[in-house]
Amino acid sequence: MVADMKTSLCGIELDNPVMAASGTFGYGLEFAEIYDINILGSFSFKGTTPQPRFGNPTPRIADCTEGMLNSVGLQNPGVDAVIAEELPALAKVFHKPVMANVCGGSPADYAEVAEKLDQCSQVGWMEVNISCPNVKSGGMAFGTDPGAAAEVISAVRRVTRKPVIAKLSPNVTDIAEIARACEAAGADGLTAINTLLGMRIDLKTRQPILANTMGGFSGPAVFPVALRAVWQISRAVDLPVIGCGGICSAENVLEMMMAGAAAVQVGSANLTVPTACRDIIGDLPGAMEKYGIRSLKELRVR
Amino acid sequence: MKNTILTIKQQQRIAPDTCEMVLQAAGTDAAVLEEVRPGQFINIKIDGFYLRRPISICDWDAAAGTITIIYKTVGQGTEAMSRMTAGQELDILWPLGNGYDLGCLPQRPLLIGGGAGVPPMYGLCRKLAEAGARPQVILGFRSAADVFYQEKFQALGARVLITTEDGSAGIRGFVTDAMAALGTGSAAALEPGSAEEHANESAYDGVFACGPEPMLRAVDQNAPAEIPGQMSFEERMGCGFGACMGCSCETKYGAKRICKDGPVLERSEIIW
Repeated sequence: MVADMKTSLCGIELDNPVMAASGTFGYGLEFAEIYDINILGSFSFKGTTPQPRFGNPTPRIADCTEGMLNSVGLQNPGVDAVIAEELPALAKVFHKPVMANVCGGSPADYAEVAEKLDQCSQVGWMEVNISCPNVKSGGMAFGTDPGAAAEVISAVRRVTRKPVIAKLSPNVTDIAEIARACEAAGADGLTAINTLLGMRIDLKTRQPILANTMGGFSGPAVFPVALRAVWQISRAVDLPVIGCGGICSAENVLEMMMAGAAAVQVGSANLTVPTACRDIIGDLPGAMEKYGIRSLKELRVR
Repeated sequence: MKNTILTIKQQQRIAPDTCEMVLQAAGTDAAVLEEVRPGQFINIKIDGFYLRRPISICDWDAAAGTITIIYKTVGQGTEAMSRMTAGQELDILWPLGNGYDLGCLPQRPLLIGGGAGVPPMYGLCRKLAEAGARPQVILGFRSAADVFYQEKFQALGARVLITTEDGSAGIRGFVTDAMAALGTGSAAALEPGSAEEHANESAYDGVFACGPEPMLRAVDQNAPAEIPGQMSFEERMGCGFGACMGCSCETKYGAKRICKDGPVLERSEIIW
């Protein structure tokens, strides 16, 4: 039996369903030093805003049981520098469509970034980050309100012909409602989920560990939450869903796709095991064989 | 950067909350040691903890395939590490960070380490001594019980001044008090050597420092402005190899990642 790992995402063929998640893979270059990143289905690059951002004050990382908190706050060099420097550097080491992660503080910001990235042939999809918990304006504020989410997706929809994918926040009462609002606003796909809002306190100083007090929780501990979100969303809308949250094994990939995901994103695992995506892709045929899966395209539980 | 399994060769407590661990690389893994620079670090996976723990490299021996780290038991992760014994294996990423730039060697380097900032100064001191320099070293601790590696620095041919906050060993106060004592004659009274030998001690022509940020800032304020310097910073890290942007800091030349573009920054680029 030959395992068929191929899948497709919004009309673009993927050699396998494994992508690296935004914010854990930079613009790809650090990982290209470690392995040939062309083995990936694709990856979503670091969240990009109109202007350069330093992000939040440090400390902005905290260790947790089976996971971590981050309050980076969308540090990035700004869309113009991404187009002038990061994407040309990426083109030398990555020869597949890459997913652009689009961020901003207003619908106009998102549209500005998307309009500029729309001109880049390397960019296959626009992943619209309406779920970052670490920025004061924008981010999660859009992703937790159906009307605001639709407004941002519409603004991006108007400036690009590339597939528009909304990255959703789990910090909502009813994620299916947000998913439906994004679908109605013209989204071609959804990523679920971004990080869960969390915090830690240092027992010695009695102060929050993160300078920003709260941050986004990710890692293996959130996998069941992400899986549940994918299950709910994929039954609420008729769009491909990218399952993201705590994936660290080929078995996790299969489980996520059974829940309804068309593809998956691996996030925090890249930070603790730099070869995590390569390892998962390498293990996938064996895991498929073990569970009698011939093709990933037929995996979804109806 | 390589992901390698190293075996603990030996571990011992060298001060109340300070452990020295020697790790052994097997076979071809030891080749990594050829490229290690002082000031770099390793990132250690500890069972039961999600994020790796970054620990600075104290010393290494490429021929023997060994690397020495010294760490403070400041939290649960390092406490767990301190209970590990010879023969156990550790999953590490190494070598990480830029390390000290020895491209332009000062003739009379001043090395300053505070607490957990002492270990990387040892590997640096060895490299400088091997290059023909005779470093002046200042090591700052809380009290006499916390002092470690004084003799090992001296064995490299370095002149060593100790400071303790409570005055129980060496000069009472902070490393900056030792900086002030250099060349005033008071330093000469604290260690062997003729007065002539100490006459020009304050005329160091390069400063290297590692320690808590308030110490680094104080060193910067006390060193003559024209003296070049390199300082190693600490920050909570996610990945340790530049991917997550968790440990960034602002410099005069833009944002830098402490783990990848640092931990060593040029004195001239630091924004205090």
